[in-house]
Formats: sequence, structure tokens, C-alpha cells
Amino acid sequence: MLTTPRAWEVIGTVPDPEVPVISVVELGIVRDVAVDAEGAVAVTITPTYSGCPAMYEIEKDIRTALTEAGASSVTVRTVLSPAWTTDWIGPEAREKLRAYGIAPPGRAEQGGLITLTRARQPVTCPWCGSRDTELKSEFGSTACKAIHVCRACRQPFDEFKAL
Amino acid sequence: MTAKAAGHDDEPGIAAGEAAAGTRPVAGARRAALGDPLVELLFRLGDDRLILGHRLSELTGHGPILEEDIATANMALDLIGQAASMLKLAGELEGKGRDEDALAYFRDAVQFRNCLLVEQPNGDFAQTMARQFLFDAYSVLLLDELSRASHAGIAAVAAKSLKEAKYHLRHSSEWVLRLGDGTDESHARMQRAIGALWRFTGELFVADEVEAAAAAKGAAVDLSGVQARWDTMVDDVLARATLRRPTDTAMQRGGRSGRHTEHLGHLLATMQIVARSHPGATW
Ligand SMILES: [Zn+2]
Repeated sequence: MLTTPRAWEVIGTVPDPEVPVISVVELGIVRDVAVDAEGAVAVTITPTYSGCPAMYEIEKDIRTALTEAGASSVTVRTVLSPAWTTDWIGPEAREKLRAYGIAPPGRAEQGGLITLTRARQPVTCPWCGSRDTELKSEFGSTACKAIHVCRACRQPFDEFKAL
Repeated sequence: MTAKAAGHDDEPGIAAGEAAAGTRPVAGARRAALGDPLVELLFRLGDDRLILGHRLSELTGHGPILEEDIATANMALDLIGQAASMLKLAGELEGKGRDEDALAYFRDAVQFRNCLLVEQPNGDFAQTMARQFLFDAYSVLLLDELSRASHAGIAAVAAKSLKEAKYHLRHSSEWVLRLGDGTDESHARMQRAIGALWRFTGELFVADEVEAAAAAKGAAVDLSGVQARWDTMVDDVLARATLRRPTDTAMQRGGRSGRHTEHLGHLLATMQIVARSHPGATW
């Protein structure tokens, strides 16, 4: 019989399809898991980006993992509030990102509006640790990443954008 | 907004007298306001993002440089995702069994409520980014207001979309700066783009009874406040980009009541043909 802590564990083995070194739980998009007396599981998730095409994949993977672990049924509900923030990615997951070659996100900007002329903090190169890096594009291979290049080791790298 | 008759004869969908109407509501808007104003508000929000998202998606594989190909595709994805959330909520509130796909693919141009600005063609890259900047500045300010709406569903979708819109605004404003304060050629092109699109910006701030009725139902927006902040933001970027703010105040409108420029019909023909040719198909 599946328990709620066991269901969390099972979902914790489902990797983010776009950044497979971290799980969907570490990504912070699993907001709630509840198992009832009959073993039916209700999962609440929140999208990373509004148009993230991986959300369908993630929902399917969560269903498959829970069904294989003995869930009698699985319902996945998507909520928009509170809006997902990269601040929910914990220190361990950030270290996994860095080891994988993706600079972890800085602190997300709070509040409604932005300064268009803000000076950018340089992002630390995940390969060599240099701060001598340059932003190439705020939009990268997936919605959640920006592209940088390191002047010290000459490697391009992705940054997980703060959101 | 000082509006005088626009009378551009290349835009047959827009009557010359209409721009002079000032705050007088147009017929379509009055008809629509008889329904749920929150549904109408969500159509405006969702259709703006769906149409602009589709426009940007036309550049996928055709961007001027690889980074911009990727950037415009990412922004298109965000906007279409936001539109899906907004139209889904609109369909639920409407209660006629229409989901976001039915609303995107099975409405005709006269039923679309997007502003005229977003349906304008991509043109050159300056025009694409000028259109994006003028819209993003409006979008960020509007979503910021709506993220504090007392209607929980609207506040949630606005707060979610706002985070993404800020990235878009940063990107588009930097291109306005770079091209405006760039070479003679890039400056001239950006100035031309701002000039060509300016007449579609007045519509963004025209309050009608949909806004008033939506405010009473928990989604208040102070469009004149949004306009004042938009003016400040746009003036600041244009000045730093060494660009002139157009002085021509002739404004065109009609999108919010379903009276569009000819461009929307062509866009919808492309966007809707697969869904309409194969209803219910999955792939
Ligand atoms: Zn390096």
C-alpha cells in the first residue's frame, strides 16, 4: 500500500526531462501529494514557464512512476499560484546543476516592476569558477536557460535563469 | 489621448470616423459587455498573447541570427502558454464548454479581441522588436496591476505571466537601444518602425465599459495610470536610444471590438487551418 511519504519518494525519482540531473521534486514544481485510503494519489504541480513543453512529459512520467509503485489511480492537477520561482531549488540541487555544467540561478527578483538599466552581476562559470563571463543571450536551448560564455576557459555554458 | 480621424485607406476594417470617437464605446464593445466582463477581459489578454506569440513563431528557423531565432521562439512559447492559461480560464468562466483550443482555432477574426498592434506583420527585425517593446512595456504594467486583482484566477495567471513578460521587456528594450543608438542604417530602421507602429498604441489605453464592469467583478485596471507609466518608460528608452517619439497622435483602434486590420485574417488562416481541416485530430 502506497503511503504519502512513499509517493513523494517515488515522484522524487522522476527526472526533469530537460535537466535530467535533478528531479521534478528538486525543481520545486511538485506542490502537494496526497494518498487516500484506497491508494489513489492526487498530485499538484505548478508549471515552470507558461509554455514549457516539458510539462506534459512530466505529468506523464509522474503517472507512470506512481502507477508502477502501486497507486490505484493518479490525478495530476496544475495550479498557477503561487507562481513557480527558482528560489525553490535547494542547495543540493544547485550543486548538481553546477556539476552538470549549468550555472545555478541567482536570487529571483521580487516585486512587480524592473529596472531596465540594471547592471548585471557576472555569472560564475560552472566549469572553471571564473567570474569573467559574458551573457550571450537571455534565451537559451530551453525556456529556463540563458547562454553565457566564459572568457577564462573559453567555454560556453547555460545558466538556469532566476525567475 | 488626443485622437483625430486616422483615415488610413490601407486599413479597410477601420472607419475613419471611429478614431474621433474618443471614449465613446464602439458598437462591438457594447454588445460584448452584455456578457461576463471577465470573459471579455480574458479574451483581450489571451488574444493579445496568442496573436503576438504566433507572429513571433513565424520567425522560428528564420531569425536574423541564431540567438534571436532562439529568443523569439522562446518568447513565442511563453506568450502562447500564457494565452492558453488565459483562454482556458475564459472558457471556464463562460461556461459554454469551449476550451482554450476551441477558442484559439474555432473563432473567426471578428470574434478576436486582440489589439491591432500585435497582429501587424514582423517586417524587418527593427519592426519586430519595436512591436515587441511597445507591447511588452504595456504588458508588464498591465499584468502588474492584474496580479493584485481580487479575482484569484486572474491574479494567478497575471502573476505567472508577469515574470516572463519582464524578461521579454528587458530583451526588446535592449534591441530598441542597440538599433536606435547604433549605425545610421539601424537607427533609421528603428525610427521608421516606431513611427509605423505608433498609431496602434492609443488603443491599448482606451477604457470602455468592459474595464468598468470587470473592476466591479474583482479585476480592476487603471488604464490611465498604466498609460502614464507606459509614457514614462517608453520616453526614457526612446531618449536613450536617440529616437524621436512620434508626434502624430492619430490613433487607430477596433481590435477590442473585433474590427481588425487585414493582417489578422491572413494570420488566422495559417494558424487555424490544420485544426479546422482535421477537427479533433491529435499528433
Ligand atoms: Zn570558465
